[in-house]
Amino acid sequence: MKAWQKVTRYELRDVARTRAVVGYGLFFLASTWGLLRLGGGVERVLPSLVNVTLLTVPLVSVVVSTVFLYESRAFTALLLSQPVGRDDLFRGLYLGLTLPLIGAFLLGAGVPLLGAGAATIAPSATLAVLFGGVLLTAAFSALGFLVAFSIREPSRGLVGALLVWLGLTLVYDGLVLGASHALAAYPLERPMLAAMLGNPVDLARLIMLMAVDASVLLGYTGAVFQDFFGSAVGFTVAAGSLLAWIVLPYRLARGRFRRMDF
Amino acid sequence: MTTARELRDLGADPVWVRIRGVSKRYGRRTVLSDVDVCLRPGRVTALLGPNGAGKTTLIGVLLGLVRPDGGEVEFAGRIVGDEYAYRGQVGYMPQLPRFPENLSGRDLFDMLDDVRGFRGEPDAALSASFELEEELDQPVRALSGGTLQKLNAAIALRYHAPVLVLDEPTAGLDPVAAATLRERILEERSLGRTIVLSSHELGSVERIADDVVFLVDGRVLFEGEAGDLLSHSGEADLESAMVTLLRRHRRGPGSGHAADDAEGAA
Repeated sequence: MKAWQKVTRYELRDVARTRAVVGYGLFFLASTWGLLRLGGGVERVLPSLVNVTLLTVPLVSVVVSTVFLYESRAFTALLLSQPVGRDDLFRGLYLGLTLPLIGAFLLGAGVPLLGAGAATIAPSATLAVLFGGVLLTAAFSALGFLVAFSIREPSRGLVGALLVWLGLTLVYDGLVLGASHALAAYPLERPMLAAMLGNPVDLARLIMLMAVDASVLLGYTGAVFQDFFGSAVGFTVAAGSLLAWIVLPYRLARGRFRRMDF
Repeated sequence: MTTARELRDLGADPVWVRIRGVSKRYGRRTVLSDVDVCLRPGRVTALLGPNGAGKTTLIGVLLGLVRPDGGEVEFAGRIVGDEYAYRGQVGYMPQLPRFPENLSGRDLFDMLDDVRGFRGEPDAALSASFELEEELDQPVRALSGGTLQKLNAAIALRYHAPVLVLDEPTAGLDPVAAATLRERILEERSLGRTIVLSSHELGSVERIADDVVFLVDGRVLFEGEAGDLLSHSGEADLESAMVTLLRRHRRGPGSGHAADDAEGAA
């Protein structure tokens, strides 16, 4: 077993038992179960679950990863004093933190859906919602790593993490909408497409809603995107762009970690 | 003193550590300035100095936790640079015992054994000597501060590492555990380990340190045998010697003692 796999194994064992991660899983379990009880069948519940996922997954992923890294900084230094390379340690920390968050989401949202027969009623839509949530977790967890390894002071780092969430979840869409109104006289199709690629939450929304077939919820940029690419290509482009939203912050955070003093 | 051959039989060749010309700045603040230190096997070297002198940063440089702006660390005859394999020969006890709260002490041992690729026989008597055995299966969050510090010590000593780096090792320990740790450090010294410790508990340091490195404002003000520090300062104990040297240093070159200090540092 390689060094990063060893770190992952033990970090995972620790993180999976933290109250925040257990509570997160239970929150999704209760939310999904509640929606299924109140909202009718799987097909009617999925759009609501998309909204819960788009709001909650980025917030929990970025905040939990940031706080965890500040709290475990002394232990990270102890691990770094062992014969293990910084890249291996970084990878182990990232997977050890992200996999339990993904697991909590999948169990919390997935188990009630499967129990309600989602695998037979709406398999591709269910898969897309869970897939979008997984990618979103990985992206915002990587952003949390970037924040925690860029800002030394924990309280400022936490503010930074919240601003990342607020900016990408709420402010960004408002700015895009404002710009589209202000520049309504101009052809905005391509700038809007570019704007969409610049926001992981929009990309995840697109992945989920194209499969859920709730294009009315796609919003302006999403509708442009779907018209431009069509469903199949659009899904691939969105998923690829969301992957870039995982890889890029991951690599930037790793670069910070390589140069960081403990 | 154990002979070199006996050390080899124990699987621990004596290791010299030399820190040469190390400098470190954080923004506009110089934390270490052209620091030269030699850590000798079979000796306990105490890193002493007031708060903010640069002791923990120097330990960080030695362990690869802090990247120096200049200078180098030579470990067993090799410049370490970006290497990390040499850390397998180091046992480190950090100042703050912070561990993942949901793991037990035994989990931590297993994790570090795994990460280090440790194939040897860990020191079984260690947990007993620190009275840790009954606590090892408890999650870390349930352990007291003193027990965490004992666990911290047990981790550093577990691997028979030829170099031990102990940052404030007796802080937070009860008198019995502190005495146990001091005995253990002396035992390790008799096996030829290279031991460096930083501490503000000078009474404790006085009993075990052979050599002293006295850092002030990121510079080495004195490096040599503990006895020489006492005679150099004209004081009877380490605490008074440190205060005297520090006051001379603060008064600056006009005091007439700064040249002596510089000589001592050389």
